[in-house]
Amino acid sequence: MITLRATVAIPPDTITMPDFLLLALLAGIAVALVAGPLGSFAVWRRMAYFGDTLAHSALLGVTFGLLLDLNLNLAIALGCLLLALILVALQHNRFLATDTLLGILSHSTLALGLVCVSAFSESRIDLLAYLFGDILSVSRGDVISIWMISLAVLGALIWLWRPLLAITVHEELAQVEGVPVTRVRTALMLLMALVIAIAMKVVGVLLITALLIIPAAASRRLSRTPEQMAVIASLLGITAVLAGLGASYLWDSPAGPAIVLSATSLFGLTLLKKQQV
Amino acid sequence: MSEFLIRARALSVTRNGRQILRKADLDIAPGKIVTLIGPNGAGKTTLVRAVLGLIQVSEGSLEKAPGLRIGYMPQKLHIDASLPLTVGRFLALGGPPRVNLSEILQLTGIDKLVDMPIQSLSGGETQRVLLARALLRDPQLLVLDEPVQGVDVAGQSALYALINEIRNQRQCGVLLVSHDLHLVMATTDTVICLNQHVCCHGHPEQVTNDPAYLALFGDAVGALVAPQVAIYTHHHDHQHDAHGNVITLKGAHDHTAGNCGDSSGHDHHA
Repeated sequence: MITLRATVAIPPDTITMPDFLLLALLAGIAVALVAGPLGSFAVWRRMAYFGDTLAHSALLGVTFGLLLDLNLNLAIALGCLLLALILVALQHNRFLATDTLLGILSHSTLALGLVCVSAFSESRIDLLAYLFGDILSVSRGDVISIWMISLAVLGALIWLWRPLLAITVHEELAQVEGVPVTRVRTALMLLMALVIAIAMKVVGVLLITALLIIPAAASRRLSRTPEQMAVIASLLGITAVLAGLGASYLWDSPAGPAIVLSATSLFGLTLLKKQQV
Repeated sequence: MSEFLIRARALSVTRNGRQILRKADLDIAPGKIVTLIGPNGAGKTTLVRAVLGLIQVSEGSLEKAPGLRIGYMPQKLHIDASLPLTVGRFLALGGPPRVNLSEILQLTGIDKLVDMPIQSLSGGETQRVLLARALLRDPQLLVLDEPVQGVDVAGQSALYALINEIRNQRQCGVLLVSHDLHLVMATTDTVICLNQHVCCHGHPEQVTNDPAYLALFGDAVGALVAPQVAIYTHHHDHQHDAHGNVITLKGAHDHTAGNCGDSSGHDHHA
């Protein structure tokens, strides 16, 4: 150690980025990157409430993960995917309006998750970390899995881009033109479930929808095409992650909420600009 | 090319235990225009959706010409204002065009609108854009769901003239749902009046100088453009009770225009 210090001289006043902050940045950027296009679809298709419902069910996934001794990330992803499929099935033969259905599921799963998590309160889970995110504690393994899922979802979105846009514009028209509407719509819900599972680490279940919706909404005034809106939403999301983590590092504010508030500030700034299209 | 584009026989559709469509027949031939009329809830939309393959048919047969390419013009278009989409991009969403794009833009008269946001169009402009998207598929059958709804009278005539021109030019079949019970497109070959079953069908009467037409629209339209609308006179030998069941009228077998009456053996209890 002594020889190393002698050869690599680090000036004592240089600020180096702590490892945990670097990992947090990498994780946050990966989530913001995919949240841009996915959040745009959530805005265009008015799926904000749907995102909330999926996010709330993630807490239930945590519980099941602990009960069944599964990898927690995997359990969260599976929980979200399962709920997404249940929602698809329920929407097919609905007797209640979708928002009522989502309201029931959203709050029931959140309540059930809270009850179950409190049963484990013997120090095994940090409830606040799940509710508001714990981005400063992500591990290298977390970062790798978050990037893998983020890139996979991004790839799927690019591959499905035109059919996704087509069903967003008019589902029946798309179906007559040969788009497999049910499959594409289900794929979108599953992709959203996956992103919610990785975003949970960053901002927590209560704030996930904000990370999807706010950058996309802020991007609207800056874009003329759907693709521009998706890309700008990603860039704004990444900016929000940088600003939020910076604020968290400098002023010790909770990272997840700081990221969301940074995104909100960006949205506020775009309101000053005149609508283009 | 086959003799028919669509041949439906005794088509029935039941949803939630309620029969929406009862033994309906429908024939659409290449180059012919078929107009569907009927009161709200008569099953017009259901029949169209069955033809489009959007719903399952409970009973009866529905044959389509092999490889039939349908161009569909939906009734309404709701696109969230948050989606930045120009008319050009909207047209491209239907896939690579099978016909010359600029030709279709000219034909439908929307070449000036290509760079406009789709949400900013008027009702008539939206209908033309939807028609253009349907035409870009080079359809053998055009399915138009209430194409002139929300369009002013002059615009209606222009749109009907355009549909007729397209039919003559491309020799495609046209299935048209009318929002009006009595006024149909003048060049319609067959009118089908639907009220859960096919009540009657026949040719519309030309209304160039029809006093009822003039009373409705005045001379303004007739003087400027050749009338594109005709009045369809219904000749039913039955009525419907509140449940849609058929009540036969005694001595009301007045078959002056077209072939009207009950070809579907429905229940005659009231």
